[in-house]
Amino acid sequence: VKLVKSDEAPVQEMEQAEGEETEKKSESGPCFPPTFSVSEIKNKQRRHSMFLKLKEEKRKQKLELKKKKKKERKALGDKAPPKEVPKTIENQRIYDETTVNPEDEEVAFDEGTDEFSAYFNRLTNPKVLITTSDRPRGRTVRFCEQLATVIPHAHVYYRRGLALKRVIPQCVSRGFTYLMVINEDRKVPNGLVLCHLPDGPTAHFKVSNVRLRKEMKRRGKDPTEHVPEVILNNFTTRLGHSIGRMFAALFPHDPQFVGRQVATFHNQRDFIFFRFHRYIFKNEKKVGIQELGPRFTLKLRSLQKGTFDSKFGEYEWVHKRHEMDSSRRKFHL
Amino acid sequence: MQHDDVIWDLIGNKSFCSYKVKTKTQQFCRNEYNITGLCNRSSCPLANSQYATVREEKGLCYLYMKVIERAAFPARMWEKVKLDRNYAKALEQIDENLIYWPRFIRHKCKQRLTKITQYLIRIRKLTLKRQRKLVPLSRKVERREKRREEKALIAAQLENAIEKELLDRLKQGTYGDIYNFPIHAFDKAMEKQEEETESEEEEEEDEEESGTREFVAEEEFEESDLSDFEDMNNLKGSSDEEEDAEEQSSEEEETEEELEEEKTKAKSKGKTPLKGPVRKKRAYVEIEYEQETEPAQKSKAT
Repeated sequence: VKLVKSDEAPVQEMEQAEGEETEKKSESGPCFPPTFSVSEIKNKQRRHSMFLKLKEEKRKQKLELKKKKKKERKALGDKAPPKEVPKTIENQRIYDETTVNPEDEEVAFDEGTDEFSAYFNRLTNPKVLITTSDRPRGRTVRFCEQLATVIPHAHVYYRRGLALKRVIPQCVSRGFTYLMVINEDRKVPNGLVLCHLPDGPTAHFKVSNVRLRKEMKRRGKDPTEHVPEVILNNFTTRLGHSIGRMFAALFPHDPQFVGRQVATFHNQRDFIFFRFHRYIFKNEKKVGIQELGPRFTLKLRSLQKGTFDSKFGEYEWVHKRHEMDSSRRKFHL
Repeated sequence: MQHDDVIWDLIGNKSFCSYKVKTKTQQFCRNEYNITGLCNRSSCPLANSQYATVREEKGLCYLYMKVIERAAFPARMWEKVKLDRNYAKALEQIDENLIYWPRFIRHKCKQRLTKITQYLIRIRKLTLKRQRKLVPLSRKVERREKRREEKALIAAQLENAIEKELLDRLKQGTYGDIYNFPIHAFDKAMEKQEEETESEEEEEEDEEESGTREFVAEEEFEESDLSDFEDMNNLKGSSDEEEDAEEQSSEEEETEEELEEEKTKAKSKGKTPLKGPVRKKRAYVEIEYEQETEPAQKSKAT
C-alpha cells in the first residue's frame, strides 16, 4: 500500500510528457517536484522498491531501443550503417607521443647505436647469470632453476650475501651479458632486476603470479635444450621498444625451429606476461600450443641507464604512482 | 627520609609499582635506570639509595651513580660519568668510580657494559653490510594493481595472440622448408591459373568425369552413423588438400555425392520414419531377453 505523499514520486513519471502527467496525477495521486531522486526517500523498503522499479524501466527502455535498432538494421539490409565498434581500453588509450613509428629514422639510428647494438649486430652471445636476494626460499630457488632451463646459456648462482656492485665487475670479467636478480619477499618471488652487463641499462620489475612448472595444467614435458623463438607483442613506445630489446637480447640469435619452443613476452596495459610454449602446426591454418615452463607477469618499475646503482644511478624512467596511475587510459610501455 | 625497606614494602614485593611489568614467571622493571631489568630488591633503583647503572647514548657509554646524600635533590641525583671507548679502560674506570661499593652493583655494571659494547660492535658491522630496505606497500594500490592485471590478462587473449603470431611467421616463411604445407602460395598460384584458363579446365573436368569411378549407394541404403559420415568427409577433405590439381573436379564430385546421399536420405525418410539416430542396416541377430519377476512377497501376518 503506497501512501500518497507530495514529495514522493517515481522518477519515470517526470520523464513522460506533461500532458500525461496530469492524467497520471489523477490515477496515482500526487505531483512530484522535478529535482526528486530516489535516494531522498527515507524509508528503506520504499526506496528499494522505487529503485527496482526505476531499474526495470531503464532496462525495458534499453531493450526497446535495441529491438528498434535491430529492426532498422534488418530493414536497411545492405545499406545499413556498419556496426559500431565497442569501446575498449585499448581503443581509448591516450595517445602516447613517444609511440614509435615503424619508419622513424631517428629511432632506427638510436637503436643502431645503443647498448644492445652489439647483440643485434651479432657481436656478442648472451650469457645470463641468475641469482636471488639473500637466503632464498624453496619457491624462489625452483623458479630460478626453471628460468635457467627456459633461457639458454643461463647459470644459477647462490647469492652468499654479496653486494651487487661487487658481483657486477666479476660477471663482466667472466663474460656474462646479463645479470638477473630475483628478489624475494615472504617466501615468494616478487621482484626482478635485469641488468645488461657491459654497462647496459638496468630494469627493475615487479613480479607477480608466478606459476611453477608443476602447477601448470595440462603441461607438456620439460623444455629441451633447443634455443626457443621469441615473440614480443605490443611494445609500442620508445620505452617499450627498449624493454623489448632487452628481452630479445636475453636469447641467442638463431632459434632452433626443430625444438618448436617459443617464449612470449606480451605487453598489455603495462603488464608484461611471460609464457613459454611448445607449438605444433596441424595444418597451414591451425597451430596447437602447449604450455610448458614457468609463467609470470612483470610490471616495469624503473629503468636505469647504467648498471645497478640505486644511489647514484641515472634513472631513465621511474614509475611514479601519483602521476602515472591517475588515468586509466594512459599506458607507458 | 629514605627508608629503603619501607619503600620496597610499598612498591616492590607483590605491590603496585608503575614500572613493574609482570609475566607468568617473572617481574620486569621498566625503569630506565635499572641495571638488570628485573624487579628485585637489589635491582630496584627506587628502593636502593646507593645505586649505579651503565647506560648508552649515541654509541657512548656513561656510568650513572646515585648516593643517599643527594636524595633530597632530585635534579642532581644521578651523577653521569663518561666512560672510555676502550672496553678495558672503561672497566677500570668503573672500578675506580665504584670503589668500596657493594659487589653486586659493581659486577652488574661491568656485565651491562660488556653487553652494550657487544651490541654496538654488531651494529657497526651490520651497517657496513647491505641493509634490507623495507618498502611499505599500500594495500589499496596492491589490490588495484592485482585487479588491473587480471583484466589485462583477459584482454590480452594470450593463446590467440601467440597462435596468430606463429601462423603469421609461417606464412612469411621464416620457418623455411621445415613444414610441408607451402599450400598458401600454391593455392594462390592455382587460383591465378584457374582464372586465366577457365575453358581448358572445363574440358579437363569433362574428361575426368567420364573416366573416374564413383561408388553410388543403393536406393534403400540407409546412412551410416553421423560420426562415420563426418569421418568420410574428413578423409575426403584431407585427400582434397593433397591433390591440388584435381581441386575443382573433386569438389564437383563431392557435391554430386552429397546430392546422392541427400536423395537416399530423403528416400529413407519417405519410407520409414526415423527412430532416433539413423542406423545402418547391418546383419544382426535378434536377442530375446527374459525378465524374471520376483514372486510377490507374502506379508507376514502377526
